[in-house]
Amino acid sequence: MTDNSNLVEGRSGLWEVVIGLEVHAQVTSQSKLFSGSSASFGAGPNEHVSLVDAAMPGMLPVINKYCVEQAVKTGLGLNARVNLFSVFDRKNYFYADLPQGYQISQFKQPIIGEGEITIDLKDGTSRQIGIERLHLEQDAGKSLHDQHPSKSYIDLNRSGVALMEIVSRPDMRSAEEAAAYVTKLRSILRFLGTCDGNMEEGSMRADVNVSVRRPGEELGTRTETKNLNSIRFIGQAINAEVARQIEIIEDGGAIDQETRLFDTSTGQTRSMRSKEDAHDYRYFPDPDLLPLQFEQSWVDEIKANLPELPDALKARLMEQYGLTSYDATVIAEDLETAAFYEKVADGRDAKLASNWMTVELFGALNKMGKTLAESPVTPEKLGALVGLIGDGTISGRIAKDVFAEMIETGGDPDAIIEEKGLKQVSDTGAIEAMIDEVIAANMDKVEEYRGGKDKLFGFFVGQVMKASKGQANPGMVNQMLKAKLDG
Amino acid sequence: MVSRVARLARIHIDEERLEPMAQELSAILSWIEQLNEVNTDAVEPLASVTGHALPLRDDVVTDGNTPEAVVHNAPETTSGFFVVPKVVE
Amino acid sequence: MTDLLTMTAVEARAALDDKSISAVELTEAYLGAAQATEALNAYTEITHDKARDMAKASDARLAKGEGGALEGLPIGVKDLFCTEGVETTACSNILNGYKPVYESTVTQNLWTDGAVMLGKLNCDEFAMGSANETSARGKVSSPWTVDGDGQDYAPGGSSGGSAASVAARSSLMATGTDTGGSIRQPAAFCGVVGIKPTYGRCSRRGIVAFASSLDQAGPIARTVEDSALMLQSMVSHDLGDSTSVAEPMPDLMGQINDGIKGLKVGIPSEYTMDGMADEITAQWQEGRKWLEDAGATCVEVSLPHTKYALPTYYIVAPAEASSNLARYDGVRYGARVEGGSLDEMYANTRAAGFGEEVTRRILIGTYVLSAGYYDAYYIKAQKTRRLIQNDFIEVFKEVDLLLTPATPSAAFPLGQKDVDPVTMYLNDVFTVPASLAGVPAMSVPSGLASNGLPLGLQLIAPSFREDTLVKAGRVVEKAAGFAAIASRAAGV
Repeated sequence: MTDNSNLVEGRSGLWEVVIGLEVHAQVTSQSKLFSGSSASFGAGPNEHVSLVDAAMPGMLPVINKYCVEQAVKTGLGLNARVNLFSVFDRKNYFYADLPQGYQISQFKQPIIGEGEITIDLKDGTSRQIGIERLHLEQDAGKSLHDQHPSKSYIDLNRSGVALMEIVSRPDMRSAEEAAAYVTKLRSILRFLGTCDGNMEEGSMRADVNVSVRRPGEELGTRTETKNLNSIRFIGQAINAEVARQIEIIEDGGAIDQETRLFDTSTGQTRSMRSKEDAHDYRYFPDPDLLPLQFEQSWVDEIKANLPELPDALKARLMEQYGLTSYDATVIAEDLETAAFYEKVADGRDAKLASNWMTVELFGALNKMGKTLAESPVTPEKLGALVGLIGDGTISGRIAKDVFAEMIETGGDPDAIIEEKGLKQVSDTGAIEAMIDEVIAANMDKVEEYRGGKDKLFGFFVGQVMKASKGQANPGMVNQMLKAKLDG
Repeated sequence: MVSRVARLARIHIDEERLEPMAQELSAILSWIEQLNEVNTDAVEPLASVTGHALPLRDDVVTDGNTPEAVVHNAPETTSGFFVVPKVVE
Repeated sequence: MTDLLTMTAVEARAALDDKSISAVELTEAYLGAAQATEALNAYTEITHDKARDMAKASDARLAKGEGGALEGLPIGVKDLFCTEGVETTACSNILNGYKPVYESTVTQNLWTDGAVMLGKLNCDEFAMGSANETSARGKVSSPWTVDGDGQDYAPGGSSGGSAASVAARSSLMATGTDTGGSIRQPAAFCGVVGIKPTYGRCSRRGIVAFASSLDQAGPIARTVEDSALMLQSMVSHDLGDSTSVAEPMPDLMGQINDGIKGLKVGIPSEYTMDGMADEITAQWQEGRKWLEDAGATCVEVSLPHTKYALPTYYIVAPAEASSNLARYDGVRYGARVEGGSLDEMYANTRAAGFGEEVTRRILIGTYVLSAGYYDAYYIKAQKTRRLIQNDFIEVFKEVDLLLTPATPSAAFPLGQKDVDPVTMYLNDVFTVPASLAGVPAMSVPSGLASNGLPLGLQLIAPSFREDTLVKAGRVVEKAAGFAAIASRAAGV
């Protein structure tokens, strides 16, 4: 790799950062992976728990077909190989929120093999990131440690919820790339409808493997920072871990291969105290389950019904609307944004629509702390506004005032313009009258202009616009003023 | 070996039982090792005796919402939770 | 009373239909017998009230002509089956006090067909044992004795309480589970019939798991017909068990007396071992003759990997068990022994809760799955298991059935000291191969050893051919004319 832009400067020279991610994405489904209890959030303690989830003696797992379909769909969305034969294994370890004493997962033969996705970076460039595998597994329950001084409380509502673990290749070289990877992955999952991507609720979490090395040398020892639940934290954890590792190595130390936690209050990572000796998971095929097998025709059927995915959408936006790569990336990040945009741009100036949406609307929403779904301005109304600018009914400057009003009241742009009398004046006679008035009042300046002081043209335009309270059509003002002064 | 395995299996073994247990286990293991006589070079490990594919169920909520049944037999509970000695991460 | 206890299930079911007896009478007779034979320790709990309520309900259904296949027949349940509201502990202290809020599929099937539950039967702890000596509820004595020696004999295991109670007539029939011989070996030791059906025939849902890829429920009964009647009710395709099979069960009772004319029976030369008593071999020879007399052809066959079945089993079964028993951690049910930390609580709870043999097998299982040993042990065993299964697949291309001894010896006295684990494991040498291959097998009493203890023959059929099994079993039963009754049976 000759690109040095991602290298990190240490005291003793440059370091290359190597990052791989394991993303746990909750499968969107009604019921759990191996039981018929609800997979939804927000129930009272142990309400969404079946006797299978609670590992009652003799209670057995039966797999949810839809979760399998969701995994296949996701595999196709990641351009990955779908394995028609896969095996569920038990990962054995003891933990209070793991009722069976093992997690049902897939170890040697996962449902999805190698694939790759394209990540889009801020500078408008793209990179390919390899996917090593995707497998289905069960989530564990939840331990609450802060309810009692010497006890932990266990709620098994999450126990058995279907997760997809998506493992990347160690192909990322910076926190920005890792963030772009998670952003893209989340977009793909959301477009597919296989995971809601809600990181705050924990339906998507990432474990980050980080190591550093001198450029061109062998891979360094990596650490795994677990359970990061926002893209911002992923970036912070990587940067903190990179700084920590470089410092240790430059001080002559060595990196321990270990599991770490990210402390959101300090922005640092710390070693996990427990679990180290328990790392012998004793994987073996779950004898309560048979190998998972399905037909290629089923995969083909799923493939034929895949929705448009972010890359295809981005390409289409660039081609159909002439958007830049950057604008198209922003708009293609999620389906709601894209759908919103396409309504705004419908039959109008596509570039103008993109600017109004990504700059004005997103800026305003950001300020209000609202999401696009909560926008007071509907795509139809924003589209109408863009249309009014395009056909010269109002100027861009007036449009900003109208937009501010729309954000405030959710009102219709036509009604606001009507009510406030903001319609652009394109009546030749009215503009001519205003020009004549301005010329009459500033004869001295007219002389100077005619004497060669071209710069004064702007002054006249300003005066006319002022006289019209900003409503005169600026193009017509320019044209007519020039004719009068030069004529 | 016994203490390592016992720790993995979370079973406390009294000090004086470690040695006898080690002998019993090693007697069993050395008897088991007669399997090394079997040539299994070209053999796939058995996945299941039935050879059937895994049956798949529909994605419908059919279970749960019985929190009292779930904690019914638990040694210690509070307001619907299971309770264990505090876990330190 | 005694008459009630001597009836077979088939006879009793007919008597209930023609109203010559009532379900309540029959149940009372068995409750009395259970109490009278308490010294055998076959029951862990007699569910008197439940039995009486169920019997009354049976009589009501019989009166309306709505009796099911097992209507009014009193059945004992191995303590490995979860029974709603009735303590279920797999005879382990770790499950002390555990009352399931659900019923196992197999027992539910029995109750749906009208059977009456007498109580829970003793077994080896988590079904791990061959003598019913590992039970936390105490040993079970076989109702059979040897004249003059005053010793208690092992009923076999792990379904020791089930076999002992059927032999002692303290239950009409009983459920068993078989992982490596746990139905067939105790049935043979106690002079009763036991069937391990094809893997997947009986749902495992609600049965405390020992080794999931091997565990199968089956009936223990006094006659081949009774066991077939009971098996027919036990089996079902259960959507709650992913390994449950959909193959329809043939109508066993409809063809059980059809005979075996023209059947080809294999006599596997490997089913013998050093020091095996001559009388075992003699029984085997006799059994061959019985089948031939009934019109079958017997041929010598070979199952070359037989000798490796037992060590294979002692990798696969403990490996699965070590994982299956991880859920007994003192958090959600059963006994807990406190400790300073979560891990200490686990280690204390499990040390106190598991007996010696269970601990030994968990440790073996943990070891063979652990890093660095997995391929050498577990994978090796699963490969050998395939070879063993292939032996059966190959041999069943040539023959319809196999005939072997059920056990290498008759029952041994309880409480023998200095029996090392491996010697104990050898009890299952003839039953384990069929378990590993998943094929159905049954043990039928064939005669008495010179000391007066029962001996049994084993029949093994291809997968899903329980019909062949019971037809041949019926032939052996008739020819053997086994009529001996255990000396400590009720009413004797």
